[in-house]
Amino acid sequence: MTRLFLSLALASATLPALAQDDLLSLLGEDSTVEYTSASFKSTRVINSHSLENVAHGVLDFRIGHRFGFVNGGLNEFFGLDQATIRLGLDYGITEQLMVGIGRSNYQKTVDGFVKYKLLRQCDAGCSMPLTLAVVASSSVTTLPADQVPWYGDGREDFFTHRLSYSFQLIVGRKFSERFTLQVMPGVVHRNLVATPGDRNDLLNAGVAGRIKLTKRVSLNGEYFYVLPDQGPREAFTNSLSMGFDIETGGHVFQLHFTNSTGMFERGFITETVGKWDKGDIHFGFNISRVFTLYDPKAKARERMEQQGGRW
Amino acid sequence: MKTFRRSLGAALLLLPAFTFAQDRFAARNGEISFFSSTPMEDISAVNHKVTSVYEPSTQKIVFTALIKAFEFEKALMQEHFNENYMESSTFPKATFEGKVTPAAGDDLNKPGAHAVTVEGDLTMHGVTKHVTEKGTITVNADGTVKAESDFSVKPEDYGIKIPGVVRGKIAEQIAVKVRIPYAKL
Repeated sequence: MTRLFLSLALASATLPALAQDDLLSLLGEDSTVEYTSASFKSTRVINSHSLENVAHGVLDFRIGHRFGFVNGGLNEFFGLDQATIRLGLDYGITEQLMVGIGRSNYQKTVDGFVKYKLLRQCDAGCSMPLTLAVVASSSVTTLPADQVPWYGDGREDFFTHRLSYSFQLIVGRKFSERFTLQVMPGVVHRNLVATPGDRNDLLNAGVAGRIKLTKRVSLNGEYFYVLPDQGPREAFTNSLSMGFDIETGGHVFQLHFTNSTGMFERGFITETVGKWDKGDIHFGFNISRVFTLYDPKAKARERMEQQGGRW
Repeated sequence: MKTFRRSLGAALLLLPAFTFAQDRFAARNGEISFFSSTPMEDISAVNHKVTSVYEPSTQKIVFTALIKAFEFEKALMQEHFNENYMESSTFPKATFEGKVTPAAGDDLNKPGAHAVTVEGDLTMHGVTKHVTEKGTITVNADGTVKAESDFSVKPEDYGIKIPGVVRGKIAEQIAVKVRIPYAKL
């Protein structure tokens, strides 16, 4: 009896004291859902899509630029004499859905894509361990018919013959503040191919990652592997790119070395010809500049400010 | 009979714990906003999910604000705020623990507005500073309480480095507004 009494007395004495020491614990943990952000500094790793989208209401103007192969020597000023360019505009329709268009001088191609995040990695309030996104893109070459590389003799120049598609799944995870990794199984479909032996569909798989070196600089890499036994592909190599992301306020500069010339999926996944060991490497850069066109939270903020009248 | 006496004794002993708890005010949707103004750029952000507890009997007051819950006009600003300045994955919260002191002779339990001095430890970005600021506590007729305070903070006091390139865009003194509507807990 006495023992019980004593322990109860102790318990009741410590209760209020504990609560006072940590008033905030009274409120319990907050249950707001928080999605992982900034897995990559940009929506592209180098050539390929990263698992990041532009935010809702944000327009991203992108300039992609690849110089010539560095092994061109002094005569080509180590590649700086040539330039391959893609200009693009991406827009975030929602936090999960983004669309984009681009124009490359590589095969005079216009490309467009839709990227949707099916699953989003979660930091707090839910338990999703990874991000899953799908990217569907298509491209059309606007070259004169006699210059389209896959038009041989007697090929009719139908509009559909100029089209190609790419479907890609991005499975990725920000493992830590510094390290993000994603794998990208996909297929590139070409409506028309050069020879009967070429497959229209090319299965491929990519892997890409980044290591953050400082708050504003990260080291990125990506590699695309085209699965073997898919027609004669001796002339082509797999795409390998390495580079840095440097972020300065509203811009992200991506400086890199890559053996790919094209900057849209069919171009870099299936038509890369450069060999790293031969020095067929492009120096290149992407510049991303974002503009906020629409602020999805503005209305909520206005409402709060109006209610702020109560103060 | 023995059991009854035992439980009565226990109930009596626990009583002070509960009476204590009644005298507390809590808020989950408090508001902290900040504003940085320079000739080059104005930056503002607001957090509507500030939690706070206020205990009039001891004059203690505590706040917690999740850094990631600060909303900016531009998504990129918000990302940079979290990634580059506040490092919110390492330091997810800003907290304040302190006391409110009314003017001499003033009673904080009376209805009406009371000018107070707020003194305590403000922690953010992993750095704790002892601060003393002015504020107002308003006791409403319906028993709710509002607390407000306007003050300014220097990012560099909290170890937040601002690189030279953006120095002109971020004010040295950031104006902070705190508005908390409390209900009885």
